[in-house]
Amino acid sequence: MSEEFKIEIVNPDKSFLSKDDVTEVVVPAFEGEMGILKDHISIISFLKPGIITIQAKSGGEKYYVEDGIVEFKNNNLSLLTSSILNLKDIGKNKIQDLLKIAEEEANKTEISDELKYLADQKVETLKLLN
Amino acid sequence: MASLDDLKKRISSVKSTQKITKAMKMVAAAKLKRAQDSAEKGRPYSEKMNNIILNLSSGISDKSNAPKLLSGTGNEQIHLCVVMTSDRGLCGGFNGNIIKKAKSYFSKLKEEGKELKIITVGSKGNDQLKRLYGDKIIENISFKNSKNANYFDAEKVGKIIIEKFEKEEFDICTIFYNQFKNVITQIPQAQQIIPLKTENNNENGSDESYEFEPDEDGILNNLLPKNISTQIFKAMLENSASEQGARMSAMDNATRNAGEMVDKLTIEYNRSRQAAITKELIEIISGAESL
Repeated sequence: MSEEFKIEIVNPDKSFLSKDDVTEVVVPAFEGEMGILKDHISIISFLKPGIITIQAKSGGEKYYVEDGIVEFKNNNLSLLTSSILNLKDIGKNKIQDLLKIAEEEANKTEISDELKYLADQKVETLKLLN
Repeated sequence: MASLDDLKKRISSVKSTQKITKAMKMVAAAKLKRAQDSAEKGRPYSEKMNNIILNLSSGISDKSNAPKLLSGTGNEQIHLCVVMTSDRGLCGGFNGNIIKKAKSYFSKLKEEGKELKIITVGSKGNDQLKRLYGDKIIENISFKNSKNANYFDAEKVGKIIIEKFEKEEFDICTIFYNQFKNVITQIPQAQQIIPLKTENNNENGSDESYEFEPDEDGILNNLLPKNISTQIFKAMLENSASEQGARMSAMDNATRNAGEMVDKLTIEYNRSRQAAITKELIEIISGAESL
């Protein structure tokens, strides 16, 4: 029995990634990291800034996301996000830039708790990458 | 009758205009290809987004507690209209069609005694509307500097709209844009985005229940603002494909008309040249006869 399912990552302007030999995906859901295997129950959740880890037969990949929505249904995982970067493609400089923006955001005082939480997450993830 | 010199000048001026329109047509054709591609590539995102929202909203049991972006404010008094046009002209009826559609909607609102607020996206719409509805326009957004429609611009517009909604500046929001059908046909559309209209198509509505993390309300609150940006982005993509299509066919027509004009002017030029020669000949002959 195969343990594979489909993943599709879409950006507003294009289809970012589509694979059908994925065995495990770990997404940074809003309430904590969530690992998805085949035959997971149908779920909708949204993402906080973090790392998406994809394990596939053809190799594993890691992506950095800032926001998005995740939907899993009938062994189809759809990720809608407007900001996703392949970790392989982003250099140190890019991370530094993003970190700077994120830190500025996190240091604002007048933002709501939820936004503050998201900004902190962003800083944390980026520091980890740095 | 115009002199030979004048005709010559007109012919050469029409010819150079023709060259310009021809070049514009080719540029539009190249851009159209790209705009069409990105419109097609953008479709999966908005479709998926729509599906998720449909699934979510059908799962909500307590409609009265639903987020206001979905259920509305309960009033229908103040209408916000977002009129999306291009920043550049010379694209046939593209902008005119949107404006016409918007104006007929405005006058309908007026008859019903509703209050009207307008946001224009793109400078051409602003130019045309400010004469009649200048006092109603509350914001004018223009993306002259962006080469292609991109999501960040759409997000900016979305944020402005949501901000105004949260301040309760309006009850219903409608966007006007051109839907791209093919190069010759663009259909002006009026789409209501706040409160969101969820069509109940049961064939897609699954009876399968979802897990939500966090709860439905949390997700909806996060998702609905995003959906607004997505809808606006979709409209922007459709609009840019339509604009290029409209420009292409307008410029094609212009090139053809210029060609016809050159033909007509050339015939006139040749005729008057021939007439001048004949006249001179007659003068010589009659001069010779009189001797």
